[in-house]
Amino acid sequence: MLKTERQGSLSIRAKSTITGWSFIIVAVLMIAAFYFYPMIQALILSFKTGRGVNLAYTGWSNYERLLTDKTFFTALKNTFIYLIVQVPIMIILALFISVLLNDSHLKFRGFFRTAIFLPCVTSLVAYSVVFKYMFGSGGLVNAMLMKLSIIQAPIEWITDPFWAKITIIIAITWRWTGYNMIFYLSALQNIDSSIYEAARIDGASSVKQFFRITIPMLKPIILFTSITSTIGTLQLFDEVLNITKGGPGNSTLSISQYIYNLSFKYTADFGYAATVSYSIVIIIIVLSLIQFRVAGDRK
Amino acid sequence: MRKSKRIFTYVFLSIASIVSIFPFLWMVVSATNKSVDVTKGRLLPGSHLIENFKNLLDTTDLGTALWNSAVVSVITTVLAIVIASLAGYGFEIFRSKVKDAVFNVLLLSMMIPFAALMVPLYRMFADMSNSAPLLGIDSKAAVMLPTVTTAFLIFFFRQSTKMFPKDMIEAGRIDGLSEIGIFFRIFMPTMKTTYAAAGIITFMSSWNNFLWPLIVLQSPEQKTIPLLISNLGSGYAPDYGIIMLAIVIATLPTALVFFLMQKHFVAGMMGSIK
Repeated sequence: MLKTERQGSLSIRAKSTITGWSFIIVAVLMIAAFYFYPMIQALILSFKTGRGVNLAYTGWSNYERLLTDKTFFTALKNTFIYLIVQVPIMIILALFISVLLNDSHLKFRGFFRTAIFLPCVTSLVAYSVVFKYMFGSGGLVNAMLMKLSIIQAPIEWITDPFWAKITIIIAITWRWTGYNMIFYLSALQNIDSSIYEAARIDGASSVKQFFRITIPMLKPIILFTSITSTIGTLQLFDEVLNITKGGPGNSTLSISQYIYNLSFKYTADFGYAATVSYSIVIIIIVLSLIQFRVAGDRK
Repeated sequence: MRKSKRIFTYVFLSIASIVSIFPFLWMVVSATNKSVDVTKGRLLPGSHLIENFKNLLDTTDLGTALWNSAVVSVITTVLAIVIASLAGYGFEIFRSKVKDAVFNVLLLSMMIPFAALMVPLYRMFADMSNSAPLLGIDSKAAVMLPTVTTAFLIFFFRQSTKMFPKDMIEAGRIDGLSEIGIFFRIFMPTMKTTYAAAGIITFMSSWNNFLWPLIVLQSPEQKTIPLLISNLGSGYAPDYGIIMLAIVIATLPTALVFFLMQKHFVAGMMGSIK
């Protein structure tokens, strides 16, 4: 394809260039209009202040406010707790399940795979509401734990600042583990089984095979899923709003929800909301760079 | 040793499957129970299904919300897979240095969180409300436009195009088909699995989208299903049986799409990773 293009005359090449661009132009314009243009608008907005539509430039004042904003730091802390606890648990769990499922002699393989992936068909709102009721004070989870004598008194899953965070972490893990598992499973099926056979002949244990073969082979996909999970967690909104509304106090408030509150719940302060939103962008860029670096070093 | 490993595998996967399925079962069971029984965590089906259904229809505008969600999701899905597949195909088949650079810039948009976009997007559509109400706040177009094109889907189609046999393009050219003709008559029919997978992913995320519709849709007659459920759930005196029934109904379309097209879905996902 490329060769014929190079050998062809200039007019054919020009024509081919135009044809090529006509395929991609709609997508390019849409992404520019709905991602990059708003990002520039948000940057400009972050230097303005005012209520609703009456905005004026104020220089760095929004950024100064950010550094002394206690609610912002609470939201930031909560989001990082979700991130540090939830993402590793989910990725390890998904990896583990996918390795177990990658055994072609396994019976009911299709059933297990479908069942574990099933949570992904629910909407974030729907499953959040179901979890809110399951984890209610007199609800199903407490009733079951008490019947099994694991706990004596009901746990306040929704209204206690500590347990509310745990509830949200359990909920997100339930929803997304199967999703990540499918990625690992697909990647595992691309690994040549003769590599494992050779390792077995050499006497490598399954634990050793896991760390020496599986993990290195899956590294690109683990990197991909850990970045998407990080971005997803930093954007956490639906679950927090529908399970705890950010409470009790602000103990489960996420950054996305704080931005939403600043823009649409309280008196609209779009300038400051844009400033807070840029903090997430910067965090995502820094974390992604770190993840790339960590993955690169192990080579 | 081997045998105990085997047993562990089955036990572990069984527990994982039960934990994954259990909330679904409870959701279905609760849809047949009274509100009081749902809060108590009753595990047995009740006889309140018909009454819950009647109350649901009486107290909410379920039909309208379902219709709104269906219109938005179907149009979004069709537009999304056409736009993204054209682009993915274009980037791969008509490769050039400039286009590769553009592609890399597009990929950067995957790093932009929606939280950073919601304020400026809201203002963009609010500005349009006066001059073009059909594109402004509270319109279906406003819900769809920002979500139709994603770098992820373009990337997905580009990866799949890599596996498309290039001789088929040559054959099409020799037969005198135009480039766009080759795309619609040869590429699209050959890549059915990829389209199915992309369609499922897009339909699900569109049907389930919450934050952007919450911001942009304000009148009750425009609300989509997730907004209706969220509203019910945060009501002052919620009827849990009704809410559970609404959730079951809202989950049915995505569950159905998933079960009908599961094979395509898994095959498509695998194709995108290779």
